[in-house]
Amino acid sequence: MDEQQQTLWMFMSEQSGKLLEQTLSHIGLTFISLFLSVFIGLPTGIFISRNKKWSGAVLGFAGILQTIPSIALLGFMIPLLGIGPKPAIVALLLYALLPIIRNTYTGINEVDRAVTDAAKGMGMTSMQILFKVELPLAMPVILAGIRTATVINVGVATLAAYIAAGGLGEFIFGGIALNNTNMILAGAIPAALLAIIFDFILARIQNFNVRKTKFVLLAFPLILILLSSFYLLPSAIGSKMLAGFTPEFMGRSDGYLGLKNKYGLNIRTVVISDAVMYKAAYEKQLDVISGYSTDGRLKAFDLVVLDDDKVIFPPYYAAPVVNQDLLQKYPEVETTLNMLSGTINDSIMTDLNYKVDYLKQSPERVAKDFLIKNNLYKEARSGNKGVVRIGSKIFGEQYILLQMYSMLLKGFTDLSVEAKTGLGGTKICFDALTNNQIDLYPEYSGTGLLVILQTPASIVNQIIGDKDKVFTYVRNEFLKKYKIVWLKPIGFNNAYALMMRREQAAALKIETISQLKRFIDHN
Amino acid sequence: MIQLQSVTKSFKNIKAVDNLSLDIKEGETVVLLGTSGCGKTTTLRMVNRLTEASSGNIKVNGLDIKSHQPEELRRGIGYVLQHHGLFPHYTVAENIATVPTLLKWEKTKIKVRIGELLEKLKLPAAIADKFPAQLSGGQQQRIGLARALAADPPVLLMDEPFGALDTVTRSEVRKEFSSLDELKRKTILMVTHDVREAIELGDRICVMDKGKIVQSGSSKKLLFNPVNDFVSSFFQEDKLRFELETTSIKDVWKFLSDTTDSAEGVEIPIHENLWRTIELMAAAHPQPKITYISKYGPETKVIDLPSLMSAFSQSKNSFIDG
Repeated sequence: MDEQQQTLWMFMSEQSGKLLEQTLSHIGLTFISLFLSVFIGLPTGIFISRNKKWSGAVLGFAGILQTIPSIALLGFMIPLLGIGPKPAIVALLLYALLPIIRNTYTGINEVDRAVTDAAKGMGMTSMQILFKVELPLAMPVILAGIRTATVINVGVATLAAYIAAGGLGEFIFGGIALNNTNMILAGAIPAALLAIIFDFILARIQNFNVRKTKFVLLAFPLILILLSSFYLLPSAIGSKMLAGFTPEFMGRSDGYLGLKNKYGLNIRTVVISDAVMYKAAYEKQLDVISGYSTDGRLKAFDLVVLDDDKVIFPPYYAAPVVNQDLLQKYPEVETTLNMLSGTINDSIMTDLNYKVDYLKQSPERVAKDFLIKNNLYKEARSGNKGVVRIGSKIFGEQYILLQMYSMLLKGFTDLSVEAKTGLGGTKICFDALTNNQIDLYPEYSGTGLLVILQTPASIVNQIIGDKDKVFTYVRNEFLKKYKIVWLKPIGFNNAYALMMRREQAAALKIETISQLKRFIDHN
Repeated sequence: MIQLQSVTKSFKNIKAVDNLSLDIKEGETVVLLGTSGCGKTTTLRMVNRLTEASSGNIKVNGLDIKSHQPEELRRGIGYVLQHHGLFPHYTVAENIATVPTLLKWEKTKIKVRIGELLEKLKLPAAIADKFPAQLSGGQQQRIGLARALAADPPVLLMDEPFGALDTVTRSEVRKEFSSLDELKRKTILMVTHDVREAIELGDRICVMDKGKIVQSGSSKKLLFNPVNDFVSSFFQEDKLRFELETTSIKDVWKFLSDTTDSAEGVEIPIHENLWRTIELMAAAHPQPKITYISKYGPETKVIDLPSLMSAFSQSKNSFIDG
C-alpha cells in the first residue's frame, strides 16, 4: 500500500505540469458550460414559471436531454460541431440545463403566494417582484440546482477527453488503456476532489443569508467567468500543426513519449478518442493522428502512414491469448484457432476493417464471407461438449476476429461459444482473462510487451526491431507469469502509426516521421 | 372617497360580485361582512386592481382607477393582508419602507417615518433590524399595518387583517388598531367574517351574500333591524352582548328612572356602552354600597342594574318600532 501511494505521488509530481493543465482545462470546461447553462436555464425557468402551459414541454425536453448517455450526446455533437471544446461545452451545457431550469421553476413557484400578493398590492411592477421578491426567495433552491449541475458537469467533463477537449479524462482514459493505475488515479482523484470542493463551496454560498442575493447575483457570474477562463490558458502555446492522439498513445513510451524522446518531435497535441480521430483528420481539424496501420478508416479517409524511420513503434502482431487450463481441457481449441494463422496480412485486415468501420457491414457477415472464401467455414456442430468464452476489446477488428474464432470453434469442434464483446481496453480484457471471466481474446504482441508486461526499456530496446524476438519474449513471459498461452500469430501487424492526409503529406513532401519533425521545426 | 358603481366580476360563468354599488365617504370605515365565497375579498381586490372588474366603474378619490397604471394606483392605497404577507428576506425596517422606497422617498425621510410608526404601534425601536420570522404573530400583523401606512395613503384596504391571529392576540391588536389616531383619518374598506370585528371597527357594515350586499348600515341598525334571517343569523350567537355593546347610556337615557337631586357616587361616562357598564358593576359587586351615576347635560341619574335593563328593553322596543 505504502509503495503504491508513493508511486502515485511520484507519478503526480512527475506529471505535475500536465496535471495542472488538465485540471485547469477541466475546471474551465465545467464552468464555461455551467455559465452558459445558467445563462440559458435561469431565464427559461423564469419564463415557464410565468407561462405555466410551457412548463411541461420545457421540463420534459430538458429531462430527455439528460437521459441521453453522455458519451452518445458527445457523439451527436461531432457531426454538428466537430471535435474539441465546442461540442464538449455544448454537451455539458445540455446536461446542466435540467437541474437549473427545474430548480428555478420550483423555487419561484414555492414562494408564498401571500408574499407575492403583498408585493403586487404594494405596487411593485412585475420586474420588481421578480428581482426584489421572487428571485431572492428562490435563490437557495436555484443555487441547489446549480450545485447539482456543477457536480454533474465535473463528472461528465472527464468524457471530454474523447473528443479532444482536454480535461482530467485524458489521464483517466489513458490510464485505463495503458493498464496504469497511477495514471487513472492521477486523473480520478483530482476530478473527485474538484467535485467535492465545488459542492462544498456552493453549499456555503447556498447557506448564505438570502439578503446577500445582490452579492451572489454579481459575484457568481464573475467567478464563473474567471474559472471559465482557465480553459483558455493551456492552449495558448504551440505550433501550427495540430496532432490528435488517443489517451493511450499519449502515455506510451512507444507513443507520444517516444516521439518526443527519439525524434524530438514537438507538436501541439490534443487528446481524442480513436472513434472520431480519423474523421477529424479527414475534415482537416487535425493534421497528424496516431492510428493503427490496419485500420479500415485509413482507406476510407485517404490517409497515409508516415514511415517510422527510427523504429519506435514495436510490432503488433495479433494472436489469440488463451488460458492454459482451457487448452488442457479442450486441446482441439489450439489447432482450430491456429487455422486462421497465415491467412490475413496487413492489407487484407485493412480491407476487412474498412468493410466494418466504413461500409457498416456487420462483423459477423465480414467474418463469414472471409471464412467461406478461404474454405474455412462449416455449419455449426452440436456444441454440447462445453463452452468457450471469447472476449474482445471495443473496436471493429477485434469484433471481426471474435466472430471468426467463434465460427471456427462452432464449425470444427463440438464446443459452443459465449461472446463477451465490448470489454473496454486492454486492462479490462486482460483482467477478465486472468480472473477467469473469459477464456481467450485476440491480443497484440506489442501491447503484451509494453502494456501488460511493462517490460523495462533496456530489454525493449534490444528486441523492438525484430518481430519474432518480440513475440517469443512475450509468449515466454506470459506463460511464466500468468499461465496464459499465445497461439500462432494471425499474420498482420496492427502497429501504431502516425498518419496524415495523403494530399497534405504529398504537398509538404513528408513521408517519414523525421521529415515531419524537420517541417515542424522550420515552420 | 371610494365609489363602486354597478361593479360585476365573473369567473367563467359564476358571478363572484354581482352588480354591486357602494359609496364610502372620506374618513369612513366600511366593513364587508360575509361568509367565505360571498365575494367580499374579490370586491376589495378590485379596488386596487389585484382583480380587474368585468364591468362597472370604480373611483378612488374621484378618479377612475383605470386612469392610473395599476402599480401607481396601488402605491397610493394601503393594503393589509390576512397572512401579513411580510417579505421574509427584508428586515422590519425594510418591510415598512417598501412603498416609500418605490415612491423614491429620501432615505432620511423614510427613516424618520419608520421610527414614527414603530412608536405609534408601541413597538420597540430595536425591532427595526429584526426579520419577520423573529416576531410574534401580533407583532407581524402590526408591522403589516405599518407597512400599509408607511406612505400615509388616504385609503386603506384590509383583507381580514386579524384573521391569522389567535383570539387573545386578535382582540388585543384590534383594540390597538381602533385607538390608533392615524387610522381615524383614513378611509378604510375592510373585509372580515368576524362579527365582533365588524362591530368594533366598522362605522358601517355591509353584509354580503352571493356577490350582493344584503344590508348595509350601522351595527345598531343591523342588530335591531335586520332585513332578513340571513342578516340576523350573523348576530345569533352573543346577540344580547352585541346589543348591549352597541347601546350607550345616552341611548337609553330617557328611559332611565327620574332624576335624584343630590346624587353622588362613581360617575360613568354618558357614552359608555351598557355591556361595559354592567361589567363594571359586576366587578365591584361585593361592595353593595357603591352608587353609580351618569350625567347628561344638566341631568344626573343614578344607574343600577334593574333600571338599566328595563331602560334597555324599552329603548329596544322603541328602536324597532321607530
